[in-house]
Amino acid sequence: MADEVVLLDFWPSPFGVRLRIALAEKGIKYEYKEEDLENKSPLLLQSNPVYKQIPVLIHNGKAVCESLIALQYIDEVWNDKAPLLPFDPYLRSQAKFWADFVDKKIYDLGRKACTTKGKEHEAAQKEFMNCIKSLEVELGDKPFFGGETLGVVDVSLVPFFSWFSVYEKFGNFSIELECPKFNAWIKRCLEKESVSKSLPDQDKIFEIFVDIRKKLGME
Amino acid sequence: MAEVKLFRTWSSPFALRIVWALKLKDVQYDTIFEDLSNKSPLLLQYNPVHKKVPVLVHNGKSVAESFVILEYIEETWKQNPLLSEDPHERAAARCWAKFGDEKVLPSIWEAFKSEGKEQEEGIVKAKENLKYLEEELKGKKFFGGEHIGFADIALGWLAEYENVFEEVTSMRVIAEEEFPLLSEWKRTFSDAPIIKENWPPRDKLVTKFQALREANLLKKVPK
Repeated sequence: MADEVVLLDFWPSPFGVRLRIALAEKGIKYEYKEEDLENKSPLLLQSNPVYKQIPVLIHNGKAVCESLIALQYIDEVWNDKAPLLPFDPYLRSQAKFWADFVDKKIYDLGRKACTTKGKEHEAAQKEFMNCIKSLEVELGDKPFFGGETLGVVDVSLVPFFSWFSVYEKFGNFSIELECPKFNAWIKRCLEKESVSKSLPDQDKIFEIFVDIRKKLGME
Repeated sequence: MAEVKLFRTWSSPFALRIVWALKLKDVQYDTIFEDLSNKSPLLLQYNPVHKKVPVLVHNGKSVAESFVILEYIEETWKQNPLLSEDPHERAAARCWAKFGDEKVLPSIWEAFKSEGKEQEEGIVKAKENLKYLEEELKGKKFFGGEHIGFADIALGWLAEYENVFEEVTSMRVIAEEEFPLLSEWKRTFSDAPIIKENWPPRDKLVTKFQALREANLLKKVPK
């Protein structure tokens, strides 16, 4: 019986991009369903009644919610190709720790760096850059966090690339200048088809952010 | 010298998860109690990123963040598994654990920290979250089924700490009539072997949380 895989997603969502990359890395065929977040489909509400959020992976009718949890699910089910986690329990724990770190820090801090002013903005920007630097240390000399290939940390983090240029412009800093190692990692990820084909259009992301700032009265 | 060390505080519900998991799997370990107002150099060395407890150190290598530690324990000591072998059930357990930390815990904590109308509203929000847990327990003894599993360990703090909060503030969140399954789960979980023997002392918890609540209320005093 062929696997039936459906991804409920929203095109700009970095969390959705994570799953798109993972599915592409593992060569899994799936049906992409775009959700209108102002008018959520019955399928979304039924598949994720608790959070009512995307992304949701539906595999043979069963839903998996929360992007990092879905990444682990994908890795466990399609374990014959492109492993996202190492084999050793300690190395696995370190990968999960850093993926969790990305979840706890990058999205919120990046968003704060572009939607606040004054002291709040400075603090968010400083902490954001410190997080990037911590990630650089963790990356070390490896081409990817996963070693020679993309791992769960790479897949969790790189989707925010679409937003980095936004953070840089409104946060008033340059990742290329201040974190060249991180910048090099981004470039290596973008060379992967699974990544470049999964990322949304950066200009469109920029437009969304300008809109958000307008709504917040910042323009 | 034990090869497994656990850095914790006596009252941290996050650290308690690790105690339960290690004991359920019969893993020998040493405990190092931390004073969070004066963190030890070792703690800062083993968890430089978050500087928090719990931290597990196994053969000199450290693992931080309670869910990450739980998964490490699960993968390293395979007896008495906490997670199903089925990937979908594993994902569901992880989701409930996350829901507990991201929604249930903050909503109960908010209600606990407040009073009057604010507390009433907080309790309503907390109950909305708890309804999902009640629903999930239908036909099950534990979130893990017949046996204590990953989600039970993650949510286990509810079984005791919610009682402590009730005692301190007389707020009632998990009432028997409204949450019969959750109330029963609290009792069954609390009385289970290993769990029963490892609760922090109730009177100490009451004193501690009373002080925390007072400190929080003071912060809200209007000027």
